[in-house]
Amino acid sequence: MKAMQILREFSRRDRVFDFLVKAMPPELDVSHNIILYLEGLNKSFDGFKAINDLNLYIETGELRCIIGPNGAGKSTMMDIITGKTRPDTGQAWFGQRLNLLEMDEPEIAEAGIGRKFQKPTVFENLTVSQNLELAMSQDKRVWPLLVARLNAEQRELIDEVLTIIGLNALAVDLAGKLSHGQKQWLEIGMLLMQKPALLLVDEPVAGMTHQEMERTAELLTSLAGKHTVIVVEHDMDFVRSIARKVTVLHQGSVLAEGSMAEVQSDPRVIEVYLGE
Amino acid sequence: MLLMKMIRSDKPGAWLLAILLVVSIVVPVLNLLVPENSAFHLSTYTVTLLGKYLTYALLALAADLVWGYLGILTLGHAAFFALGGYAMGMYLMRQIGERGVYGDPVLPDFMVFLNWQELPWFWYGFDQFWFAALMVIVVPGILAYVFGYLAFRSRVTGVYLSIITQAMTYALMLAFFRNEMGFGGNNGLTDFKDILGFDLRADSTRIALFLASAAALAIGYVLSRIIVSSRLGLASVAIRDAESRSRFIGYRVENIKLWVFVFSAVMAGVAGALYVPQVGIINPGEFSPLNSIELLIWVAIGGRGTLYGAIIGAMLVNYSKTYFTAALPEVWLYALGALFILVTLYLPKGIVGLRNMRKEKA
Amino acid sequence: MLVFLITTPMKKSIFLLFLFFFMGYSLQAVASEVSENDSLQAAWKVLSDKNYNKKAKAIEFIAQQNPPEAVPAIKAMLEGQLYYSRRGKELYFLREIEGNYEFTPLFDGEPIIQKKKRGFKKVKINNRLRSLIRQLLAVIRLDNEDANIRLAAVQDLLKNPGIEAAGRVKNAIEKETDDRVITSMQTLLAVIQLESGDETEQLSAIETLSQSLNSSAMNALSDYQPPTEALKNAAQSAIKKINDKRDLYAKAETVFFGLSLGSVLALSAIGLAITFGVMGVINMAHGELMMIGAYTTYVVQLLMPNNIGASILVAIPAAFIVAGLVGIAIERSVIRHLYGRPLETLLATFGVSLVLQQTVRTIFSPLNRSVETPQWMSGAWQINEVLALTWNRLYIILFCLAVFAALIMVMKKTTLGLQVRAVSQNRTMARAMGVRSTWVDALTFGLGSGIAGLAGVALSLLTNVGPNLGQAYIIDSFMVVVFGGVGNLWGTLVAGMSLGVINKLLEPWAGAVLAKILVLIFIILFIQKRPKGLFPQRGRAAED
Repeated sequence: MKAMQILREFSRRDRVFDFLVKAMPPELDVSHNIILYLEGLNKSFDGFKAINDLNLYIETGELRCIIGPNGAGKSTMMDIITGKTRPDTGQAWFGQRLNLLEMDEPEIAEAGIGRKFQKPTVFENLTVSQNLELAMSQDKRVWPLLVARLNAEQRELIDEVLTIIGLNALAVDLAGKLSHGQKQWLEIGMLLMQKPALLLVDEPVAGMTHQEMERTAELLTSLAGKHTVIVVEHDMDFVRSIARKVTVLHQGSVLAEGSMAEVQSDPRVIEVYLGE
Repeated sequence: MLLMKMIRSDKPGAWLLAILLVVSIVVPVLNLLVPENSAFHLSTYTVTLLGKYLTYALLALAADLVWGYLGILTLGHAAFFALGGYAMGMYLMRQIGERGVYGDPVLPDFMVFLNWQELPWFWYGFDQFWFAALMVIVVPGILAYVFGYLAFRSRVTGVYLSIITQAMTYALMLAFFRNEMGFGGNNGLTDFKDILGFDLRADSTRIALFLASAAALAIGYVLSRIIVSSRLGLASVAIRDAESRSRFIGYRVENIKLWVFVFSAVMAGVAGALYVPQVGIINPGEFSPLNSIELLIWVAIGGRGTLYGAIIGAMLVNYSKTYFTAALPEVWLYALGALFILVTLYLPKGIVGLRNMRKEKA
Repeated sequence: MLVFLITTPMKKSIFLLFLFFFMGYSLQAVASEVSENDSLQAAWKVLSDKNYNKKAKAIEFIAQQNPPEAVPAIKAMLEGQLYYSRRGKELYFLREIEGNYEFTPLFDGEPIIQKKKRGFKKVKINNRLRSLIRQLLAVIRLDNEDANIRLAAVQDLLKNPGIEAAGRVKNAIEKETDDRVITSMQTLLAVIQLESGDETEQLSAIETLSQSLNSSAMNALSDYQPPTEALKNAAQSAIKKINDKRDLYAKAETVFFGLSLGSVLALSAIGLAITFGVMGVINMAHGELMMIGAYTTYVVQLLMPNNIGASILVAIPAAFIVAGLVGIAIERSVIRHLYGRPLETLLATFGVSLVLQQTVRTIFSPLNRSVETPQWMSGAWQINEVLALTWNRLYIILFCLAVFAALIMVMKKTTLGLQVRAVSQNRTMARAMGVRSTWVDALTFGLGSGIAGLAGVALSLLTNVGPNLGQAYIIDSFMVVVFGGVGNLWGTLVAGMSLGVINKLLEPWAGAVLAKILVLIFIILFIQKRPKGLFPQRGRAAED
């Protein structure tokens, strides 16, 4: 029986000759209006508990801010959601049907979770529009990639996004030549091209000027509704400007949750974070 | 249509193809039509030498595709070259037939010498050219597929990958040195007589092989260019520069790496298959790790990540190697060593990069 | 006395009897002939007889009496240098002096010198006599004062046991004080008794033999024709017991070979573990640094040709310093510019390795040189009859462990070690804390290179020293480091040792080359399964 299983696993056509099978986008089921379930997550590194019995539910179309001091487990949580790190125990579901713990990074990305990193990582040796082209939601298997050509619709989409992120003039420049803020924008643009159902945004305004920050806030707010957005941020002013609901993480678990005002008045939160 | 568009956007490539075309016309004329006593006559020795350089160039091109565009520093690409060479060598060996020293109609000389009674199963079919030609593609391809499947899937990258590719070619070298393997052991395969019925020593056959090498290089270049200028090529560069980032936007890094790697290995195999009839021998020394590393310096000197740079580098280094090993044999290893050091320190983008830098300054 | 000897049951005598009858003699007649005279004098005379059987009796009698002339005379007979005069049948030793023959009488008298051998005849012996003589000589040596000679005598007898010796051996055991000699004498006695003793004696002989590892004991047991079922079973289980024991020791020997190979691997990989593991630098010239260490040993030996024993001890620090300095030079001139670009470092250091190889070829010629193994490293430590551990391998294991221990001390206890670890973990932070990171880099690289030099010293004693020495080990060294887990010195040691043992365990089954190929394939597959090696560095930082 086991041999059969191995054989079946081995001969899975989507794994072996992945260009032979048609794309079968996994369906996202949000019928209960909850897009992300994290339940009872635990993860420790060499005895240090980065995530400690974390429970978090994100509603569809929500814009959620997650704050917490350094080492509260924010990055590890993002890593678990995007498949970079596996938790020791617990559950992570994307909608009703997709078990994130059984998927790897590309599968999760294809299913509709996009991530913007703390440190902007764009492909520096490609042009701005090539960066966007790569990020575009499309068939990302080998053969389709080889024969793919940009069609008019896709061109328009890229132009649209270029306008949104304000990099129209720099479309054919190498991404490596952009300034820090511009790279942040390009990365958000790449997220938009991905058309994800859920956006994870890690410290989007780090190193931005005040004006840039305002535009980012505007952009993220406008995204919410169409997409679900989770923002991890240190900058309290920024969080205050966009947040409807805030979750405070502390020592790997949820310390408090609610509107900014509620959270700010929570004595425990004041003690560990805001009160400092 | 596509080709024309590609050529327009790739000037150096167009030049390269043009030069190849001119050379393919001029060389046969100078060799076959110009009388031997003329100053313009090209000796068959030189033609063969040029043909050999062309196969090296194809090998360098294959290495540049994976190193320059995918960031896989393979220290084992010579293994695919040698495997392609062995597949061709086995065909040539079986063409000898009764003309061998021992006159056995089926068994190659070395098997008679080892007192083997029967042809091993893996030698079946190599009396047919089409089968051998298929194996030239299939064997390196399968090795690359299996190796790449395991390595890329478990995310072995960077230096680790380099080291295990080196271990792969080293293990193959040790294996092919064994007589029991059935590939002629230490001496390898040699004493070939003819290919497809044509005498290998004839000038016309040499010219044909030279032309085949030039054609293979041209086709290899065009295919590689198509790959790197497609969205697959963009994704490759993305993977080279930020592998985990590409995963987060949904690319199956291991599959992209795998198929480009397999394609590159097949190109290397074809290069090896064209190399063997021209030099007349294939032995386990071709698997030696030194060869694999040496071909990287061809790519590095020419300029990696450009495709044509690899070809220029392979030609230049091998020409100097031929020159130095004849004129000043002791100096060659010093020169090669110095090239490695100087190019990595001062010329990270190779000769091609030098030209581009000058352009930017101007 | 002689009567006893002759009537003792003896396999060979069956043959003799037949021969005797055929020749018209009777054994009894011979016996009476000798015993009538019953004196040494008569026995000596018999040696000039043509009959080999008579001679055999006489020799045995002489050996039994063991007069002072006995040993030289019997030895001379063995070497064909005992002669007798045709006329007086007196015995003489023959010596050739400048073309002349000198005949010295066995007993008193003046030597006779003459041009030719005229008047003398050789005391002829046949193969049977030859083996008898050897046996008797051994029996005589059983009384020697030197325990080693006694042991050698027992060994000789074991190769050629004769029941005549039984009584002498029994006596000898009682007098014996040396344990080793007693054990082997007991084995010898058991071998004899197995052939000639009664049933209880045979049983106890089997028991004794089952404890022994000597190959003669094994042969005796397998030649043994047990008269009863009980004895047969006993003999069979004894053979099994011996075989099991031998297998065990053979395995122990394989493991020992494996450990010594593993030590070489570990030794050559430890230096790499520092440069590759701690600093993240891929040094393809590592093998050439080992080569430099080996050539340093060679040069040191050239400089002190009269003191080979000490030259190795001098070579150890010398190789460390020379290879270390070359390493620092490489770091300062090439690697320093390439930090953070591992693949470029790999290519550049490969270039360095080519230059170093060619330099050595220019200076020392491309031919292999060999380093002489000093006296104190040759030979073997004989643990028992089947297990001998050669000293050079043993020293290499010890050397490897010593180098490793020293390195751990340096890394754990010294300021340099602390700084190295600091820089390797967080360069900018270390620099902010006042660590001169460039300095630390150079010293670390020098340390790793110096250890490569030490590995070169060990290698020079095992193989020829040539320009390609390094190349042969570089791939293995990388395998060891990667297998053990990068950045983990203990992992390197364990990986080196286990790869050595695996290699040696596979060798008898697959042959040396195939074993190596299998190990390579194993590592390739292993890295796919566990890309971080046996002992990965854990923690969040390592996940990236």
